[in-house]
Amino acid sequence: MGGEGVAGLGYQELRTSLCWVTGGTRPLPFLSWVLPAVPAPAMGLELYLDLLSQPCRAVYIFAKKNSIPFELRTVDLLKGQNHSDDFVQVNPLRKVPALKDGDFTLAESVAILLYLARKYEAPDHWYPQDLQARARVDEYLSWQHTALRTSCTRTMWQKMMFPIFLGQRVPPETLANTLAELDRCLQLLEDKFLKDQDFLAGPHMSVADLVAITELMHPVSAGCDIFKSRPKLAAWRQRVEAAVGEDLFREAHAVLMKAKDLPPADTAMKERLKPLAQLFLYA
Amino acid sequence: MGEHLNPEFLKVNPAGKVPALRDGDFLLAKSCKYQTEAHRYPPELQAHTRVDECLAWQHTATQQPATNIHLCECLLPHFSQQPMDATQVEQLLGKLTPALGHLDQELLAARPFLASGQVSLEDLMAFTELMQPSPVGCNLFRDWPQLAAWWARVEAALGPELVQKAHRHVLQSQDPQEAQWDPQMAQKLAQLVKEQLR
Repeated sequence: MGGEGVAGLGYQELRTSLCWVTGGTRPLPFLSWVLPAVPAPAMGLELYLDLLSQPCRAVYIFAKKNSIPFELRTVDLLKGQNHSDDFVQVNPLRKVPALKDGDFTLAESVAILLYLARKYEAPDHWYPQDLQARARVDEYLSWQHTALRTSCTRTMWQKMMFPIFLGQRVPPETLANTLAELDRCLQLLEDKFLKDQDFLAGPHMSVADLVAITELMHPVSAGCDIFKSRPKLAAWRQRVEAAVGEDLFREAHAVLMKAKDLPPADTAMKERLKPLAQLFLYA
Repeated sequence: MGEHLNPEFLKVNPAGKVPALRDGDFLLAKSCKYQTEAHRYPPELQAHTRVDECLAWQHTATQQPATNIHLCECLLPHFSQQPMDATQVEQLLGKLTPALGHLDQELLAARPFLASGQVSLEDLMAFTELMQPSPVGCNLFRDWPQLAAWWARVEAALGPELVQKAHRHVLQSQDPQEAQWDPQMAQKLAQLVKEQLR
């Protein structure tokens, strides 16, 4: 923070050290001629993320892939850190991901992705300028909220988090309905969006693919091999992983893939997660 | 009624949902940003992003619960010819309450419209979604004065005639006795609605 100044010291540190030398709280007046008036160090971009969450992974991958400098602020959902006073100042909706860019705070992963793409002038393919190509990306981003997101979250929780982490039985019929709904969404993903294209919105990778792949890793982490019987989708996955870079992809999914090894939740945690858990079990 | 399941429509949108758009050979579903005037979707980055934020939030916060209320109080009784399940409607209204609170206390406390000082795409989306629970006399805004005032502003901005025209199917009461139903289609639609409400 504060930028590089003399001999590796930031300007702020240099001014502070000069104050120490003079015994005062302000540097000698003439030094203002030498050292420009330095504004208070601006807080750079902060991303509030829990990589257990699908939309957080999409934002993380996008920022890293595009070399966008940011401070990672981890918000542990299972520990309820999204309800802390500090975090509520950033996002009163108490959800991740969230962004703070100076005084500008922002919620909603789709809005965050588009903001980053525009502000940091990410390559056009991520969110194309061309009207119809962009509309294709928008179309996917709109559809997925109440379709793939819901079924992927429910699958992961009902197959893994409920039995292993919360020690709660999920009725077989409930899980069966959830898996059937997931299957229906995956079929739509292939038939309506991917079709015979290389990527979801056309020949090039976009934010739509990033949002989708991070969703699909959720049921994968719970042992649901959704790509096994879907060669078209499996081939798309390979292309997306290759485009992102395998190291970055693995890094972004490390927390998720270790979720099955989480120690069981204690009583206090179970109580705190009850409302969220109800959401993932029932409509 | 059921036309969204016809093969012709499914070619436009395989998801079987409305809205959908055909512009020459270009087919599009669900996106609300295809082409619009600048103030509805402002060009400045932060103002633009605020609209994006609201549009993303509304899918699960208002659209889904408001749609479910409409399905439960209007369409399901219509298709199944059974009385409305008042308990289920109450439960569904409860799911919409946090969003109404957020709109009233957070967004509209700061400005006259949801994303900025002018009516935007987000106001249009929220307005049409929140119209859905109206037909059975749901006074959604009873506890939310800012929302009620916003509603009047949006209706004035859009024009009351256009609002009435766009909502005539939602607002007019439909007597099941008058409907000319294909009983098989009615049964299929009732089943689809029940699955959505599960």
